[in-house]
Amino acid sequence: MLSTFLAVLRRDLLLAWRGRADVLVTLAFFIIVVCLFPFGVGAEPNQLRAIAPGVLWVAALLACLLSLHRLFAQDYSDGTLEQLLLSSEPAALWVMAKVLAFWLSTGLPVVAVAPAMGLLLDLEQGGLPVLILSLLLGTPILALLGAVGAALTLGLRGGGMLLALLVLPLFVPVLIFGAGAVEAELSGSGAAAHLLLLGGGLAGALALAPVACAAALRISTD
Amino acid sequence: MTNPERGRSLLRFAAPQNFYPLAGRLAPWFAALAVLLTAAGLWLGFFVAPTDATQGQVYRVIFIHVPAAWMSMFIYVVMAFWSAVGLIMNTRLSFVMSQALAPTGAMFCFVALWTGALWGKPTWGAYWVWDARLTSQLLLLFLYFGFIALTRAIEDPRRADRAGAIIALVGAVNVPIIYFSVQWWNTLHQGASVSLTKAPSMATTMLTGMLVMALASWAYTLAVVLWRVRPMILERERHTEWVGAELERAGKLSQTAGGRA
Amino acid sequence: MAHPVPSVFQSVPMLEVESLACLKGDRLLFRDLAFRLQAGGLLRVAGPNGVGKTSLLRLVTGLALPEAGEIRWRGESIRRAREAFHGDLLYLGHAAALNDLLSPLENLRFACAAAGDAVDEDDCVQALQRIGLADQLDLPARVLSQGQRRRVGLARLFLSNARPLWVLDEPFTALDVRAVADLAATLSQHCDAGGMVMLTTHQDAPFARPPEVLDVGVFAC
Repeated sequence: MLSTFLAVLRRDLLLAWRGRADVLVTLAFFIIVVCLFPFGVGAEPNQLRAIAPGVLWVAALLACLLSLHRLFAQDYSDGTLEQLLLSSEPAALWVMAKVLAFWLSTGLPVVAVAPAMGLLLDLEQGGLPVLILSLLLGTPILALLGAVGAALTLGLRGGGMLLALLVLPLFVPVLIFGAGAVEAELSGSGAAAHLLLLGGGLAGALALAPVACAAALRISTD
Repeated sequence: MTNPERGRSLLRFAAPQNFYPLAGRLAPWFAALAVLLTAAGLWLGFFVAPTDATQGQVYRVIFIHVPAAWMSMFIYVVMAFWSAVGLIMNTRLSFVMSQALAPTGAMFCFVALWTGALWGKPTWGAYWVWDARLTSQLLLLFLYFGFIALTRAIEDPRRADRAGAIIALVGAVNVPIIYFSVQWWNTLHQGASVSLTKAPSMATTMLTGMLVMALASWAYTLAVVLWRVRPMILERERHTEWVGAELERAGKLSQTAGGRA
Repeated sequence: MAHPVPSVFQSVPMLEVESLACLKGDRLLFRDLAFRLQAGGLLRVAGPNGVGKTSLLRLVTGLALPEAGEIRWRGESIRRAREAFHGDLLYLGHAAALNDLLSPLENLRFACAAAGDAVDEDDCVQALQRIGLADQLDLPARVLSQGQRRRVGLARLFLSNARPLWVLDEPFTALDVRAVADLAATLSQHCDAGGMVMLTTHQDAPFARPPEVLDVGVFAC
């Protein structure tokens, strides 16, 4: 039953490893975006500390957005996507495998370096565990929602900008609860509610996004 | 050409060749209704309704602002409804409806934001405040832009129809989540904000004026959408026999009209 | 040496296509196209460029939606019984479905696993050797020539005997004379064993028995 799922997961992770330069570019992008803020708003530690959760979350969101177009583009152009759509397993299942491999190879590295970038912005250390947790729950939602946009814009001229226009409004709730969790923790009111909402969002996205994404892929290859 | 999907449809007017003339007949009536209702609503709003005790004359912008905000949200729901119908029943006309609705929805959304800013300046002292309602309205405008941009970017009309329907449905699922999250964010960051819609002690004439304007917006939307749908139907069905006959008839009409002139 | 087709297969139409219409962009390519394919059938889809041969193959695989008409496999609409149909189908399109970062062996193993074929590494190695890629097993696919890329895709044929319906888009393109003869023999064998092949091609291939021809141009609008 899971043979397509496992085959896709294994292959995409192998491809991510062989093309690891792309992953490093995403990571470098994330770091550079975070480093731009002190130049823009000034290096006043209090100010940086105040905006740190938001900056880290926006940078993670943009890094995810910029790598999303890679999710299906190669498979679309070389014909692999057609073969996958002809598999006798439900498409939502292997879509999930692709998104999982994508998140493991781009989302997880960003989550891993985020605490270091937090220190760069003088984020209080008490906020770091919540930052990591919120990113762990939130970035998979971004990947799942983004996959639908990536599937819809496959092969279109100016697909990258269009993808951004389609998915950025959908990313707003994730940004609000993700950055809000860190702020709530630092202000002492506790991040439990935010994290629970993110978890609920992840469950909902896991249930709905692969189905929508599979439908979008069938439409885009028609 | 016979289409089994089309034959199964329950509503006779779901067939484009029946809907096309119907839309042509109804549109002028709705347009006339829209003009009448707008005139009545503006008259009620600007001449009959009393001046507000606290906000003075400037509050009168609600006669445009509130109906526009209502319509912008309502149209998105209708768009998502037609998209779902199109995907489930495979009726081409549903996709055409949702695409014809989108520009009007975006227009109302923009009008609501614009009038909100004009109202905000004297009320809050700033054109833009990150109020929960205004912010969700802005995000709704982005959702409209995304839908319009996607359907325009895809050249194959069938792919455009279906892709647009998916993004409309994904957006519709997310609208309540976006609204809730923005509300949550707003209460944390701003405290209670001045509400635009709850003018203190709403007089009956104000309410009537607003309702009349809302009905005018409905009539306007229906008229514009019916007009916009007609050429879209012709374009999509141009390889069918009935469109050929329709175009021939139109050609003859304009020829005789030209001959007389 | 034409093998007689077992008579059990002959009477049952496995694939039935009725009043099919295909819309590409806003142009109607063909309409009222109909044909049947019985077990053991070899069907060549013919017609001038742009008439919709590839579109027809994609409709038959279920990748594209027809504007009108019905396609049935074993008596059931392929849209309703999609998963069962795809289990019986092998489609090789224009693109070879090769990822440049993977070797031919890795590509072939993935293609089989993703399709749900229970095939192990030895089977894949044998298939690639049989199609003449014994020396390229572990090279990255980006260094292969067009003909070699084509062959990696075609190696799946040796591993797909359990799938009765093969739909092949220009399988002979970029192959040399010997490879064309081998491929034609493989296809003939599949049909003799009760399988079905539907293909497009611009060249005459030495089939054991002449294929039936479906001229899409007849149904063009």
